[in-house]
Order: sequence, then C-alpha cells, then structure tokens
Amino acid sequence: MNAASIIGIGQTDVREHWDTSIRHLAWYAIEAALDDAQISKVDALYVGNMLAGQLSHQNHLGALIADFSGMRGIEAVTVEAGDASGSAALRQAVLAVKSGLVDTALVVGVEKMTDQTGTPVTAALSSILDADYEAAQGATPTAVAALLMRRYMHEYGVALADFAGFSVNAHANGASNPLAMYQNRLKAERFTAAPPVATPISLFDVAPMGDGAAALVVTRHERAMDMVPRPVRIAGSALATDTVALHDRLDPLWLKAAAQSAAKALAQAHVTLADVDLFELHDACTVLAALSLEAVGFAERGQGWQLARDGEIGRNGRIPISTFGGLKARGNPGGATGVYQAVEIARQLRGEAEACQVVNAKVGMAQNLAGVGGTAVTHVFTVDEQ
Amino acid sequence: MEVSRHWRLKEQRYSLVGETCEHCGVKLFPPRDVCLACEAPAKELYTFTGLGEVYSYTTVYDAPAGFEHQAPYTVALVKLEEGPLVTAQLTDVDKDTIQIGMPVEMVTRKLYTEGDEGTIVYGYKFRPSVSATA
Repeated sequence: MNAASIIGIGQTDVREHWDTSIRHLAWYAIEAALDDAQISKVDALYVGNMLAGQLSHQNHLGALIADFSGMRGIEAVTVEAGDASGSAALRQAVLAVKSGLVDTALVVGVEKMTDQTGTPVTAALSSILDADYEAAQGATPTAVAALLMRRYMHEYGVALADFAGFSVNAHANGASNPLAMYQNRLKAERFTAAPPVATPISLFDVAPMGDGAAALVVTRHERAMDMVPRPVRIAGSALATDTVALHDRLDPLWLKAAAQSAAKALAQAHVTLADVDLFELHDACTVLAALSLEAVGFAERGQGWQLARDGEIGRNGRIPISTFGGLKARGNPGGATGVYQAVEIARQLRGEAEACQVVNAKVGMAQNLAGVGGTAVTHVFTVDEQ
Repeated sequence: MEVSRHWRLKEQRYSLVGETCEHCGVKLFPPRDVCLACEAPAKELYTFTGLGEVYSYTTVYDAPAGFEHQAPYTVALVKLEEGPLVTAQLTDVDKDTIQIGMPVEMVTRKLYTEGDEGTIVYGYKFRPSVSATA
C-alpha cells in the first residue's frame, strides 16, 4: 500500500474575520498550501466543516470551494464530524491517497463562526450533541464538558486550580505564535477567578471560538520525496467513535474512542509514546486535555492534570502539548481545528516552527475530538532522517 | 414549528419510558433498541420510577438560543435508581445547595418555548426528592 505524506501547508490567523467570507477564508489557506507544495492542481478536495449550513446558510462547500480555488471539475466533498471535522477530512485524504485512487489530495478545514453572534452560535454548536436528549435540556458542549469536569474533580479529589496549568501553558505558547487568537500570557491565579461559562468551567478554561482555515496537500510518499525537501509522513491515521451523549457512557471518565484511535495510529506508525516528541491535543476545555493524556497513555487514570502541575507539558517538558497555543490560545475554529493541528505538527517536524519550535522534533501526534469524544481522530506524523 | 419531533418523544419526555434488555437485564434510557452493555436487542418497554441522585451538575451561564431567559440554570447528570444516567435540568432548588449524591425525583416542567408563537415544549426535569427532604 502507498504511504501518504504532506507536501504543502497553509493557514490563516484565527480571529474574528469580519471582512472575509467562508470561501475566501478557505482559499487563503489553500493558496498558501499550494504555493508551499509548488503545485496548482490536485485530484480531490476534502473540506472539513462543522457549522456553515447553520451559521453562513451555506452547505455544498466541496463544489463551492473547488470552484472558487480554480479547480472546478475535481472530486470535492465536505466531511462533517462535529469539531473533529478537520481531522476526519484529513483521514479521508489519507484513505484516498493510500488506496491509489487519488494521486494528490487537498484538505481544507474552514469555519466561519462570526457570521452570527450570541445565543444562535451557542445553539448551533450544541447541534453536535444529542439533540433530543442533551440539547433539548439546555445543555451545550461546554456544559457537557463541565459535567465531566465536576465528576472528575469529585472522583479523583482534584481542585479547580489544579487545571490552571493547561491554560497557562497554552497561552505561554500562543504568545509566541503570531497567528494565535490570544497572544497574551495568563497568570495561574487568574484562572479560578474568571467569569463562569458553565461551572466549574470558566472563560479561562474553555477555548475561544474563532474564524479560521488551514490546508494540507497530501500525496504518495514516493512522489512527495521528489517534490519537496522535507515531506511529513502521515505514519498513523485512525478514527474511532463512542456514544455522542455523555449519559450513554458506561464509564464516563474514560474517553474510549480517544484511547482506541491513539492505539491504532501508534501501532500503524510503529512508534511508542516514548518516541512522541509533541502532542497536539483537543484542549477545548482543560478537562479534555487531562482525559486525552490519560486515554492515550501519557498518564494513569485520574492523573492527567498532574502533567500540567509538574511542568511536563511545556516546550521542554516530557510531552509538549498545544505548542502553538492549542485550542485555548491559538483559538478553536471548529471544523478547521484538526487541520490546524496537522499544519502545526508539520511545521514542528520541518523545523520551521520559529519561536514555537520543539527542539529536534521527529515524531508528532495529533488528537482531535468532537464534543466529549463521540468522535476521536488520531494521527501520527514522522519525518525521514536527513 | 417542530411539532412531530416533540410529539414522537412524548412517552420519554412525560413518563420516562425506556427499555429493558431481555438478554442481560440492563435498563436503558433513552430507548435505543440495542443494549448498551451487551449489544443484544432490547425492545421491551420499561417505565422508570423517576427516582435517582445527582451524578454531576453544572450551572450554565452561556446559554443557547431558546434558553437565554432561563440562564443561569443547572443541568445535571442524574443517575436513575435503575442504573442509567439522564441529562436533565434541576429545578425547585437553590443552585448553591446542589451536591453530587443528592436524591432527586422527576417532575414535568416547561423546557423551552419555540419563540412567541411556536410550540411550548414540556418534559422532565428533576427536583430534590420530597421524601428525602421532608
């Protein structure tokens, strides 16, 4: 079977792009990725998006963006898996290229959060939950994560302040990323005093939603070797699912799909956790960062938060996470987030991460979740030794 | 108007009708026809007592459209005495007194209104158990 590699990356900054439509936003990232790969055409386009139908009244993004990018006629389709849409789109590109049916694929994750404001946006975000049995009760994705966090604190005897390290680390890294939505540092003591969103989750715990687009060009590894100096190999790729509703989980504090997808992706890549130099995880809320670290195996159950407390997640720690700010500081552009994670890891492995660089990074892992892990997608990326 | 969507959920919203797995005995709410625990068919209807305890809870300040006038409100995971967890609002309670493990019981309340002229959606919420607080 073919191996798939990344030969081009592009991204916009994450912020409120009032002056930019969803098609333009996608195009800016695509243009940068095509330039980076030094090509102008691909065989297929996979769009990761979560909410355009609701917030921009625009479905049918595959054809729209293919046309707008000057590639009218190619195979193009949108992949939707909640806030894991971006990495699910990458997964489709990997399947297509590895199958041999598609030579070169383009992945773009794009989300336009600010075409509407206020409570309709929160309602749209809540559509990734179980509509009949969660959202109908007024639950939101942050509220469901809050239910998880409260129970986590109760079962494991963890205080709210113990989660601060995740947000502090994300902001410290985001401060070095000019594309990040928030480039300010956060003091740990401010964490527990922040205004509530859904208790115990506060404004300094939950990641901010923003507009953004990120893109990847993926092709066969043998071809990639001839095209660019440093292709980034997609060595592992796995998507797993769990119940959408938290209340349907027999073991709510275990992100089963996150664990399954990570184990599969690591096995495909023939690497162990000890080989992983950085981990871009889904820190939509701090408790999800802790649970992701536990599900993947970087921490025992109930101890994921300790990695933040002990300084293990910083750029020079045992397992650096959120190296460009993560969802918390770079911003969370919904269905684009998974593609941002892959772009950021490619920059790390190419040694082009500038002030965010993890020294000598050779193996990177990304994990993108929808909601509290109803969908979990894990990718492992490597570079060949030079 | 989303009349049919609410109408077809009436047994669940008003009476907590779920299912029981004929194979392993696990009780299921909401009904899902395939057992969560053993994946055998589970289509025998079962009406829950509506008694349970708070498993976890959150007070929501950032509310979605349709719920903005209720904020802040408290959403809980309630562990029913038959086993399953239910996501539901807590009502008739001071939010500062809520604790994990608190006994609660199901009541019928207005969930939300679909605008000024739309459907008024009723369904289950949970309040502190009257027998436990008496």
